[in-house]
Amino acid sequence: MSLDKDQVQHIAMLARLKLADDEFAETVQKLSRIVAFVDQLSQASTDGVTPMAHPLNAIQRLRADVITEADDRDHLQQNAGAVQDGLYLVPKVIE
Amino acid sequence: MTAELHLLTLTQIAAGLRQSEFSALELTELLLRRIEASDQSLNAFITVTAEQAMQAAKRADAERVAGRGGVLNGLPLVHKDIFCTRDVLTSCGSHMLDNFVAPYDATVVERFANAGAVMLGKTNMDEFAMGSSNETSFFGPVRNPWDLERTPGGSSGGSSAAVAARLAPAATGTDTGGSIRQPAALTGTVGLKPTYGRVSRYGMIAFASSLDQAGVITRSAEDAALLLGVMAGFDARDSTCIDHPVPDYVAQLSGSLKGLRVGIVRQHFDAGLDANTALAVKAALDVLKAQGATLTEVDLPNLDLSVPTYYVVAPAECSSNLSRFDGVRFGHRAADPKDLFDLYCRSRGEGFGAEVKRRIMTGTYVLSAGYYDAYYLKAQQVRQLIAEDFRKAFSEVDVIAGPTAPTPAFRLGDKTDDPITMYLNDIYTIGANLAGLPAISTPCGFADGLPVGLHLVGPHWGEAAVLRCAHQYQLQTDWHLACPEAFR
Repeated sequence: MSLDKDQVQHIAMLARLKLADDEFAETVQKLSRIVAFVDQLSQASTDGVTPMAHPLNAIQRLRADVITEADDRDHLQQNAGAVQDGLYLVPKVIE
Repeated sequence: MTAELHLLTLTQIAAGLRQSEFSALELTELLLRRIEASDQSLNAFITVTAEQAMQAAKRADAERVAGRGGVLNGLPLVHKDIFCTRDVLTSCGSHMLDNFVAPYDATVVERFANAGAVMLGKTNMDEFAMGSSNETSFFGPVRNPWDLERTPGGSSGGSSAAVAARLAPAATGTDTGGSIRQPAALTGTVGLKPTYGRVSRYGMIAFASSLDQAGVITRSAEDAALLLGVMAGFDARDSTCIDHPVPDYVAQLSGSLKGLRVGIVRQHFDAGLDANTALAVKAALDVLKAQGATLTEVDLPNLDLSVPTYYVVAPAECSSNLSRFDGVRFGHRAADPKDLFDLYCRSRGEGFGAEVKRRIMTGTYVLSAGYYDAYYLKAQQVRQLIAEDFRKAFSEVDVIAGPTAPTPAFRLGDKTDDPITMYLNDIYTIGANLAGLPAISTPCGFADGLPVGLHLVGPHWGEAAVLRCAHQYQLQTDWHLACPEAFR
């Protein structure tokens, strides 16, 4: 199947991606091509097959709920675009 | 001796250092000069850590003189820029992270450093490891040392080019669908992808978490065995890393191939395979046979669906993993956002390149309401079928052999117009990722003057088997020693 412009616009919104006008047409065309390609999976007979979650069928390991990391906030926040008093800054959310 | 140091393998360097034929500093300085001289032509590096490398080499020399030092003491290597390196730029080939200075070391980086290895720099790569030609890198494509108009493969293309051009004897890489093995094949180097869970993914920037695995690109199977012994093993910081004993891979390289059961997959030699590549691979199979291996045909009936399966599972996981890049805590942040939504959308829209955006959107689509069952669930079922095919095959054979890539290195720009043409580069390698199997690519000849790779896949935890097979093959052949003219 191929995707139309509105569908691609919706997917971009869900993915929180702003596409420039000049990349939009190409995205519609190439995404349609990819979706058409993966559509061949529909031919496979998979009745009763358990979906694979882990290549070795391993079970998620758990650990005791204890603090293992030291506070490294200042160091970690050096990569942030905007911080103040140890907090990350974002545009105002609540009016 | 000194003039030829760049041609030595890790194993040879270790012997030379032990016998004090040269120092780690001397070798490091030579390789740093070679890296600098090749920068214009190859573009294999994003960051060169010259100062740290010389300090590390001096420390290694001091350790050696004092009779101490780890198993990799003084051995130079380079890391793919997907591995976090404390206080060093870790860009993942993306504008999104071109300002990201990692606050910690990846487990792989830490283990190599603790063993005494000397990091020379960080290699170029496809953006977020999404690509098969290195052309999606924000830092520009890497060029193949065998022909500068051609790709070195991807996504670990900087690593493969650096090793092929004798800028470093070894490099780390990551392999989600073939990103170590395909570039190794296209550059005449050795590429090893271990079993899923064999090596910690901690500090390795995630693309598709159920497929990603760290490995190495080297110039011999022996060197790959040496490095795997250091990087493998349990790590509590990666919840998918498996607690499984680490054998002595180097010790297990010896032993003839007599009685080794080698499986051949008929579909691997179908129409999609370049004729001269097929000739080189078939000649390699004859060498294995002459060494005592038995060749048997095996059937992997669902293998044809591996590429479409991968292009549902990998984008789905990528769309989830890359949601962390939101312009808030790290990475590119758009200027003057008008609200939070605008901050997210523009930071991501500006920070990611076209291929990464396509994969995020493909993943978002296959996971979205109404499509999840038809695509994601279906793909995970087909993945189970493919893994089952391999399980059955490995009840009859010890390794599966075939071509690593359908063609030798293609020209830059040749496959960028159509994503599917690019995706089909990984047609022979993706199966091992879907099933979590170890696999290696070793040089096995040339097609039209360009290197060809022989692909060997083993059962889970069968690294020793594929390494031994590749090593024994390398004892009989010299393809892995071939060096591109301009980099001798």
